[in-house]
Amino acid sequence: MNWKIWSLKKSPWVFHVNTGACNNCDIEVVNCLTPKFDVERFGVTLVGSPRHADALLVTGVVTAQAAPRLIQAYQQAPKPCVVFSIGACACGTGIFHKGYHVVGPVDKIIREIDPNAIIAYVPGCPPKPEAMISGIVKTLNAL
Amino acid sequence: MKKKFKLPILATGPVHPLQEEMEFFQLYVDGETVVDIDVRLSYNHRGIEKISESLQFDQVPFLVSRICGICSASHPLAYVQAVEEIAGIIPPERALYVRTIINELERIHSHILWVGLAGHFIGYETVFMWAWKYREPVLDMLEKITGNRNNYGNVKIGGCREDLPEGIEEEIYPILDQIEKKMDMLTKAVLDDPILHARLKGVGVLKKEDAVNYAVTGPTARASGIPIDVRRDDPYAAYDLVDWNVCVQEEGDVFAKVVVRLLEVFEAIKIIRQALAKLPKGPITTEVKEIPPGEAIGRAEAPRGETFHYVRSEGGNTPARHKARAPSYVNVPSFKASCIGEKISDVLITLAAVDPCYSCTERLGVVAPRSGKVIYDFDMLLQLSREKTTRIRKGL
Ligand code: SF4
Repeated sequence: MNWKIWSLKKSPWVFHVNTGACNNCDIEVVNCLTPKFDVERFGVTLVGSPRHADALLVTGVVTAQAAPRLIQAYQQAPKPCVVFSIGACACGTGIFHKGYHVVGPVDKIIREIDPNAIIAYVPGCPPKPEAMISGIVKTLNAL
Repeated sequence: MKKKFKLPILATGPVHPLQEEMEFFQLYVDGETVVDIDVRLSYNHRGIEKISESLQFDQVPFLVSRICGICSASHPLAYVQAVEEIAGIIPPERALYVRTIINELERIHSHILWVGLAGHFIGYETVFMWAWKYREPVLDMLEKITGNRNNYGNVKIGGCREDLPEGIEEEIYPILDQIEKKMDMLTKAVLDDPILHARLKGVGVLKKEDAVNYAVTGPTARASGIPIDVRRDDPYAAYDLVDWNVCVQEEGDVFAKVVVRLLEVFEAIKIIRQALAKLPKGPITTEVKEIPPGEAIGRAEAPRGETFHYVRSEGGNTPARHKARAPSYVNVPSFKASCIGEKISDVLITLAAVDPCYSCTERLGVVAPRSGKVIYDFDMLLQLSREKTTRIRKGL
């Protein structure tokens, strides 16, 4: 195992990007930090800048306005960086697939600039906080 | 307007670590004082109204509940009421009560969520953690009733999709008691806290005239002394069958908005208790054969204010036009009145005080392909609109 991956697996710091979500996935992400689920116990914490992040939590379909910002956030994050697509929207555009302002799911946008990106999917509308925690744990174990 | 471009600009956003959604504020500052503010939106615009025209009438509630996750009971309710008015459907009484209960549970969780976030914005993490902890039982309750913690998808044209589960009353009453006790403590703690007084009183005042001019709705208007509430002014569901009060405060500052929201939680608890006690027996849905041509509006009081939906049917399976106006659409422009003259450090809480919801608000987004640059500004839109009028006039 490469030491970068080894260090990524300990206490992942996450940065949250909303690219056009309906707010539900976002409040469930924040819910993970509050007393009932409290992922900070495991060293997972939300950080204020992608430059400090080990993982990006991306929620929502990528709209035309948000796509350049998502790419910028991904480019600023130090690699290796795991991208979590949270929710049906981020995984495959979900109910908004016909929208004219929607450019695609998260993986399409990220793969365009980095074909080898590590992308994990947490489906659900919205996924429960338990599902998000389980998704993060499974991904980190599989790295 | 010329002068303001010489002032330093403080850019906030669009990927903003505090608020969850993408939004972009340009604060024009003179020293520490904000002299003007620009809000740039449409990062969240998904084209919901257009998608809605391609869905069938009974599929649209699932779409509109995803306009905004936190108002995911009010948007479908407003839409469904519009369609019911077109088709002349009267839902059974039990369905009205079930709708009321779900909407009020939503209001409780939304208001507690906001109080927590407000604490977070001013650096009072204790309030944040407490509030979000007290909110969890409400979400559990909603999950038991509708099957999902958010995005309930429970209302449909002609009634409700799911009835309340058997014996739910015994579970709701203790939870309501528990929330009431906890919120009582939180309210007292917030109202007596000298730090919160110093931080929130007299900050971001939205005067009554400004509130009228900007036509704000919901708690934002009620905190400025305007007693409007769709639940009372244009009753829907079972709100005219239960007894409750509209909470109004006169000051218009951030503190008044906190107080209004905290008091509304108690009113919501009161409404749910009465609705459960009066809940009639019977069916929860009526049969709907077809939606005739026609147009109608539906209104509902979302946690943030009045939600307005307009639906036009041409007798087909899909709406011919569907327009949604969320409360934040009118509340967000009031920043111009409440933020100017404030200190930079007070602007964030003032912005947060109307509980803006950008995913609701964004009805328009024009971007140049690939570059992501906004190419239309107000003047160009005005010109486009005038040209259209000229074209129509020529055609007539
Ligand atoms: S997956 Fe569902 S809850 Fe999440 S942003 Fe999309 S519509 Fe909202």
